[in-house]
Amino acid sequence: MLNRDDRPTRPEPATRRRETFTGNRALQLEEPLLFEVGRTDVTGVDIDVPEHAGDRLGRHRRKAPIGLPALSEPEALRHYVRLSQKNYAIDSGLYPLGSCTMKHNPRLNEAAARLPGFADLHPLAPQATVQGALELIHELGRWLIEITGMHSVAMSPKAGAHGELCGMMAIKAAVRARGEDRTIVLVPESAHGTNPATAALLGFTVVAVPAREDGTVAAAEVRRLAGEHEGRIAAIMLTNPNTCGLFEPEVCEIAAAVHAAGGYFYCDGANLNAILGKVKPGALGVDAMHINLHKTFSTPHGGGGPGAGPVVLSEALAPHAPLPAILRGTDGGYRLVEHAEDEAALAPFGRMTAFHGQMGMFVRAYAWMLSHGADGMRQAAEDAVLNANYVRAGVQDLMSVPYPAHPAMHEALFDDGFLDGTGVTTLDFAKAMIDEGFHPMTVYFPLVVHGAMLVEPTESESRASLDVFVATLRDLAMAAKRGQTERFKDAPRFAPRRRLDETRAARQPVLKWSPPEPIEDAAE
Amino acid sequence: MVLRYTKDHEWVNAEGDVATIGITAYAADQLGDVVYVELPEVGQKVAKGDATATVESVKAASDVYAPVSGEVVEVNSELGDTPQRVNEAPESAGWFMKLRLSKPAELDALMDDETYRDFTDSL
Repeated sequence: MLNRDDRPTRPEPATRRRETFTGNRALQLEEPLLFEVGRTDVTGVDIDVPEHAGDRLGRHRRKAPIGLPALSEPEALRHYVRLSQKNYAIDSGLYPLGSCTMKHNPRLNEAAARLPGFADLHPLAPQATVQGALELIHELGRWLIEITGMHSVAMSPKAGAHGELCGMMAIKAAVRARGEDRTIVLVPESAHGTNPATAALLGFTVVAVPAREDGTVAAAEVRRLAGEHEGRIAAIMLTNPNTCGLFEPEVCEIAAAVHAAGGYFYCDGANLNAILGKVKPGALGVDAMHINLHKTFSTPHGGGGPGAGPVVLSEALAPHAPLPAILRGTDGGYRLVEHAEDEAALAPFGRMTAFHGQMGMFVRAYAWMLSHGADGMRQAAEDAVLNANYVRAGVQDLMSVPYPAHPAMHEALFDDGFLDGTGVTTLDFAKAMIDEGFHPMTVYFPLVVHGAMLVEPTESESRASLDVFVATLRDLAMAAKRGQTERFKDAPRFAPRRRLDETRAARQPVLKWSPPEPIEDAAE
Repeated sequence: MVLRYTKDHEWVNAEGDVATIGITAYAADQLGDVVYVELPEVGQKVAKGDATATVESVKAASDVYAPVSGEVVEVNSELGDTPQRVNEAPESAGWFMKLRLSKPAELDALMDDETYRDFTDSL
């Protein structure tokens, strides 16, 4: 079966031609599924049945074998180690996934997070016994408030989108507390998909703000929409720098327009890493912003997570922050406020989590802050912006930059104009990067740009590393223009598996493994 | 069959007071392989410009806006199992829904074939 691009719809191993007897390529071992490794008619471990254990299962006793593969400990261990060796991570190489900020996760953070005083705590431990942990959360929150110029912080949200939800719930609570019913949230076209999704989840109607020719949002357009929907605007959700990697030049005017219309300014903080130590979002008129500790503050993500998405709030929204809150007493001790009635000043909208947030990530982020200091964090932002512009400058004569009028911030955006007439698509280009040993950039996002490629090198990369990356982009762009389409259409050629058929996977998802039918040789 | 078009790349084929609606070949091509289509309920009343259906491809999910106002009288339920019809025959077998027109005059504001082609050429 072939798909639209005449590619086979069944992925085939890159080693189909069997260059070796085993199918392995040197010490890169071909790895079958766990169900194909283990047999169901054997047992991997041999444990005696306890002598005095009676069977209390009664009629609940399983009647048929469950069909799980039986593996010995080394077999199971090797399976997962081999799979992990096929993984690509920021620890293996450049990971320029735009908008995701895949920066280095310093080992110092890991050492701090593994201290037993942090790592072995129970969330229900008596407060008097965990004062150090409470102090760390409080101090981290204080730094986040200082860095962003905001009034207060809710530490418990566990990821970016969870933080968005938290911020928008605070806005909804504030609107309600004013006795108003506002139903509209403005979201620019270039927004992260989670922005309109969050607004819709909370029952708001999303009204899109079109992007200008130069990729930014016009305050005049926001004013026009605010006039058109007078008295009904609850908030705008704006990312700054935006997903085109551009700083919104009219952000203060936009904030003023939304405030004048009685709405709040939610800022998507996913790109805070570009302005850390340079711009205080509070000074831009922001009312709520989530902070991805797993982006800006170097804690692991992308399989190594979990994430953490504390939300900083303006004075207007602060009373509505979710519980728990950590307060510092006059005696210098820290108090975890779990119930609204314990603190008269609070009017929380509820809770986001059962407990107090991602403690391990708090420790890592705090370690990063302390090890960098204010000047180091500012330099991290400067280097991230410098690196993105270095990549853009290195390839802009060969690749197309949709918004050349503004310098890039922390990420460089390209469209597929430079591939016009080559027969190579953005997806092909990204797959060819895998063959060259790079994780591809973000593709087809933001949606406002045709065939978008969004490159975020982060501050972690050295100039030497960027030079190799830029040279590769240039080689690929020139290869596409020279008509070497097989390099792209067949990519990835050297990965453990060839290109997967996303279309078929989405149209006919196979969600349950079933034993393969015996492969029969072709006739004769 | 005379198709009329919108700037959001929907097509309309009005026969009597019922209009068949789908997305254009240009839209289907831009979206890439369509993998899922969400259709409205029969009986739902829609106003011109309402997001009435959703089409999802391997690249993106997009709203389909009602090009005219009316009541949904039929949907192409075949798209549930075979969303690829939208790519194979966007302006015929890949239709989305049929509306009973409540404001037939709205049809006059839509583009004809030639105007729409000029419009997509300019994109």
